[in-house]
Amino acid sequence: MNNAFVSLRKLEKKYPGHQAVRGIDLDIRAGEFIALMGPSGCGKSTTLRLIAGLEEPSSGEIAIAGRSMNGVPAFERDTPMVWQSLALFPFLSVVENVEFPLRMKKIAPIERRKRAMEWLDRMGLSAMAGRNIAQLSGGQRQRVAIARALVTQPPILLLDEPLSALDAHLRVRMQTELSRLHKELGITFVYVTHAQSEAFALADRIVLMNDGVIQQSGRPQDVYREPENAFVAEFMGTNNIISGKIAGRSGAFAVIETPLGCFEVPGERLVSGPASFVGSADRVSLSGEHSDAVNRVSGLVIGVEFFGSTQTVFIDVAGHEFRVQKPQHEIDALDLQPGREVHLGWQPAHAWVLPQAA
Amino acid sequence: MRLATLFSRIAQYAFLVFVFLFIATPMIVILVFSFDANRFPTIPWGGFSLEWHKAVLEDGMIRTSFMNSLVVAGSTAVIATFVGFAAAYIDYRYVFRGKSLMGLAVAIPPAVPASILGMAMLAFLSRVGLFGSVSAIVACHVAIASSFAMAIVRLRLRDFPPELEPAAHNLGAPPFTTLMRVVIPFCQPALIASFFLTAAVSFDEFLIAWFVGGTVETLPVRILNLLQGQVNPKINAIGTIVLAISVTLVLLAQNFIGARATQRSGTQEE
Repeated sequence: MNNAFVSLRKLEKKYPGHQAVRGIDLDIRAGEFIALMGPSGCGKSTTLRLIAGLEEPSSGEIAIAGRSMNGVPAFERDTPMVWQSLALFPFLSVVENVEFPLRMKKIAPIERRKRAMEWLDRMGLSAMAGRNIAQLSGGQRQRVAIARALVTQPPILLLDEPLSALDAHLRVRMQTELSRLHKELGITFVYVTHAQSEAFALADRIVLMNDGVIQQSGRPQDVYREPENAFVAEFMGTNNIISGKIAGRSGAFAVIETPLGCFEVPGERLVSGPASFVGSADRVSLSGEHSDAVNRVSGLVIGVEFFGSTQTVFIDVAGHEFRVQKPQHEIDALDLQPGREVHLGWQPAHAWVLPQAA
Repeated sequence: MRLATLFSRIAQYAFLVFVFLFIATPMIVILVFSFDANRFPTIPWGGFSLEWHKAVLEDGMIRTSFMNSLVVAGSTAVIATFVGFAAAYIDYRYVFRGKSLMGLAVAIPPAVPASILGMAMLAFLSRVGLFGSVSAIVACHVAIASSFAMAIVRLRLRDFPPELEPAAHNLGAPPFTTLMRVVIPFCQPALIASFFLTAAVSFDEFLIAWFVGGTVETLPVRILNLLQGQVNPKINAIGTIVLAISVTLVLLAQNFIGARATQRSGTQEE
């Protein structure tokens, strides 16, 4: 893909004693909303800081708009960032904070004030222009930080866990706002988060990282339904991963032999060898009677966890913990007490065989 | 039980008043008798008079020494605050070999007895031929006062959010601009506090100024020379003036040490 706006090539970042980024290749299209996701310490924030030039890569290359960024200092890159801590200047007023990057671009005071006020207006903060940062609420500060980053009309916006300090209801509102800004501005957003819900809600593409390496990159639904490997499958949090070996074929499906029994899974080319498949928690049926599905297991209820509109039931199937996710009313109808025997089943087509065996 | 609480409350206040009086009485005595018409401080008071204050203002040597003190205190405050800020920022920003050694070196001047420091400085300055001048006193005062300046700025930099500098770079500010537009504004209350405190340290300092000043007298040196001659009623008047200046400087310094950056606009309006 040569029309990439940001391209990372064999990017590495070593610190004394550990390596944060181990060879990343990634192309980000102009206008794309991309989420770098992964557990803490996976290298996602370091990757973002490398793009911004706040860290020097140990090796590899970053190009933005076709121009190599190696050796270009942070203050000469037009890659504003919204920080987790917001990093607003406490000694400047709200409008002065927004003016700061314009001042750095040597824009005349009147023009500067005008453009800063336009952005404050757009973020619904024009009444707060003269206030101190300390006088604003968390959500208002967040908006100031976004206005400050966007006031210079950059071609890209970097966001480093920008919503993690907010209350749940504010977070959802800011998500909507970010999504709207991305559509209106049409610029590239690179969004670092450890929260799946934010990444899924916002991004066109998810890049899931672990241990300094990209594990999978793709549309949210693909990453969710078709994980590349066991790490991705597990990171989604709702997958039951079962490992075994291919024992033969049954029509269009392969048969996989596991400690929990034999199951039919999709896969035309699978003939032999070790394999793992996932049964997504929301695609496994749960009932008190024996299931008539092709793939079925039985187990004992461990407990039920409340997740809002859905509930997750944890079931012990021969020492293997199974998760099943169902709407609350269905779970209530089953009257699940810990220790009760239940029967699970799923269609072969709903299983997903991991392309990279563990 | 309630009576006991009341008693304890009264005892606490009484103790506070006692401590305050213990510290303030000598100063109050000087203040009161500087307006006394009598030649010698005696009770009863001889009536209100501005005679001695007038005499102080008319004394040419006192005026000269006062001007010397102002110049020395002003120069010391500017230079020491600059040096203290630079040292504190380097200490904050960089990790380097000998960093702990620098911390130690900075802590030494206030810890060494002033008489020894004065003698050492005298010995050194007479070698380099700087002895007996206003600049000699300034140089020595800077050496002491920088420690205080660094301590104050360091305290402020401890609260400096570590992302502010990278955030400024990210928004297009080169390193020097970041220093001027982000680090210094953040430290501004501490810098003002440091200015007033180092000015006070220099203005009050006697021993070193006496050692290295030669014929150049600062106000404290002049006071001692006056005292050595005879008991002079002008002493109380000078004392009052010095007291007023020192207290003002320290109060100003304290006001800014306590100030948060977020209260900046508030303190500016005052």
